[in-house]
Amino acid sequence: MSTLIDGLSLGSIYALIALGYTMVYGIAKMLNFAHGDIIMVGTYAILTTMALCGFPAVAIVMAVIVCTILGIVVEKVAYKPLRGASPLAVLITAIGVSYLLQSIAQLIYGAKPQPVTLINFGHVTFGSTTLNISTLVTLGVAAVIMAGLTVFIKKTKTGRAMLAVSEDRGAAELMGIPVNKVITLTFGIGSALAAAASVFYLLQIPATSPTVGSLPGIKAFTAAVIGGIGSIPGAMIGGILLGVIEKVCMSIPALNPYTTAIEFSLLIVILLVKPTGLLGKKRREKV
Amino acid sequence: MASRKNIKFKYYVSYLIVAVALILFTVLQLTGGLKRSTANLLAEIGYSVILAVSLNLVVGFLGELSLGHAGFMCIGAYLGTLFMKVFSGFIPSQLVCLIISMILGGLCAAFFGFIVGLPALRLKGDYLAIVTLAFGEIVRNLFKNLPWFGGAMGYTSKGYGSTLFIIAFVAILVMLFAVQNLVRSKHGRAITAIRDNEIAARATGINVTYYKLIVFVIAAFFAGVAGVIYANYTTPILYSFFSYNYSIEILVMVVLGSMGSITGSILAASFLTCVNFYLKTHLSGDMAALKYLVYALILMIVVIFGNAPALRSFREKYNPKVLFAKFFKKKPNPAAERNDAGSWDRIPTKIKMDELLTVDVKSNESVQDPDKGEK
Repeated sequence: MSTLIDGLSLGSIYALIALGYTMVYGIAKMLNFAHGDIIMVGTYAILTTMALCGFPAVAIVMAVIVCTILGIVVEKVAYKPLRGASPLAVLITAIGVSYLLQSIAQLIYGAKPQPVTLINFGHVTFGSTTLNISTLVTLGVAAVIMAGLTVFIKKTKTGRAMLAVSEDRGAAELMGIPVNKVITLTFGIGSALAAAASVFYLLQIPATSPTVGSLPGIKAFTAAVIGGIGSIPGAMIGGILLGVIEKVCMSIPALNPYTTAIEFSLLIVILLVKPTGLLGKKRREKV
Repeated sequence: MASRKNIKFKYYVSYLIVAVALILFTVLQLTGGLKRSTANLLAEIGYSVILAVSLNLVVGFLGELSLGHAGFMCIGAYLGTLFMKVFSGFIPSQLVCLIISMILGGLCAAFFGFIVGLPALRLKGDYLAIVTLAFGEIVRNLFKNLPWFGGAMGYTSKGYGSTLFIIAFVAILVMLFAVQNLVRSKHGRAITAIRDNEIAARATGINVTYYKLIVFVIAAFFAGVAGVIYANYTTPILYSFFSYNYSIEILVMVVLGSMGSITGSILAASFLTCVNFYLKTHLSGDMAALKYLVYALILMIVVIFGNAPALRSFREKYNPKVLFAKFFKKKPNPAAERNDAGSWDRIPTKIKMDELLTVDVKSNESVQDPDKGEK
């Protein structure tokens, strides 16, 4: 039971990261490899603010601001010049951005993992199982964020503009939607989600290092692909599925060392059976 | 006939570089004039060049991004060492033993290349990149945990000694022979056609699936061979070396050497390996991140300048080939340019398929400059 709750909580972190991936992919049609590293920047922003003033709330707001600005700057500097270029070029640039952020973080803060204590919630005991309150908080807040995001996209004008751009960029432009602004906004929201993910990450594992974002980033991308990239409910389902599978595998001693292999094999199998992911739409190729 | 002579030289220039280096350093080695550290550096260059050229086959010629090249190398390294251990029992000559295990290690990697290539039947672009990345991580995870490969402590190999680089360089020559002949052949042109426009290639009757698979298998084979060389160069083999970071490092070599240019890959791989080798001894601790900072900047700058639609006129103006022609006051000969059937290292698409097919859809202006037309 506690394994399942842990899995849900890890899964909701993956889901938050996967949401960022999936939104950017749906709208800008590119795989933002640097997304995981924006989470890393978020954890360092929290570390620095906590060291300077010590209020968790200020640190969280700071992380969101820093990540959002960073996401927009990265989009303007690295990805915007390549709009219209081959996907391969964009993908390679995104990898470059990811490396750039990692190496800058290492030059500033060093490669050693540093402890970050954000908020210590303590435990609750229900009968025989002990639960971290932070796990419950993660689950609750993640659910609220996802619901809010869904409402934002379905109900507001800006959200609908984003949907329109993701469906047909050219037609959206003809309808008077400022496509470039929408894409920048998407990067901003995606990065703010990354900041939220960095907060939850620190609640579960209170330490950070320059490579802290890369593996969760890749796994969250896996989750996004499993759920069907470009689909918001797909990212949530994929993330939670992956989180639960990871925790279940880790709790079985025989499977524990092979957890990573199992998760990635799941990705390959799903892509082979259903290349668009669980909830992805089929896109017809046009010349 | 002048152009034919030119092609011949271009065709041989990469062989020439490797052969001259091979002969020079072999003579030095035999006369004892080669330092141990230089021999090590040469061995590193050897496997890096093999990795870069084989990845270039996938990225530069097929146009698909593979982020699992280190995974194939990992298979070659672990299984190659296993074969070395098995064969050294009944084959006295270490050289024969190494060659056999190089071939077998390569074949094992090629088998896995086939398996990874299978999803390539249905996936492309970002999805394929992520599948190859996942594959690399799976391989690493398995070799770390399988009980008979030493686990986290690493798998001890015997090490071949300081003449390893000679074999590595001979392996490069063999690979160049195979890759260049493939690229120059009918099959090579089919592969570049898939890169330039997959739908058009399919429409002309090219078996896209078959060619994608074959490129994956060949690239994996040579990555496996490079892995065996690596395993004989260093001991113990650590699973952590073959991470996705190393795949990116190979990608940086390919991008720096210009995608689709084999000579470029050789030069860039040698250069970056030398830089790495130097930095390894001179940068310590957190300053090692500087290396990755430089890699990141190389990737971003080279790709953005090479691909940004806004910089197209700039690129055409300052194209090294154009500047070169101006320098010698030689007008580019249109007849020679059209006859590019024999140019092996960069096969341009003669007809811009995208433009041809959008003629009736878009206005005349957008045909001349499709990127401007879209805005």
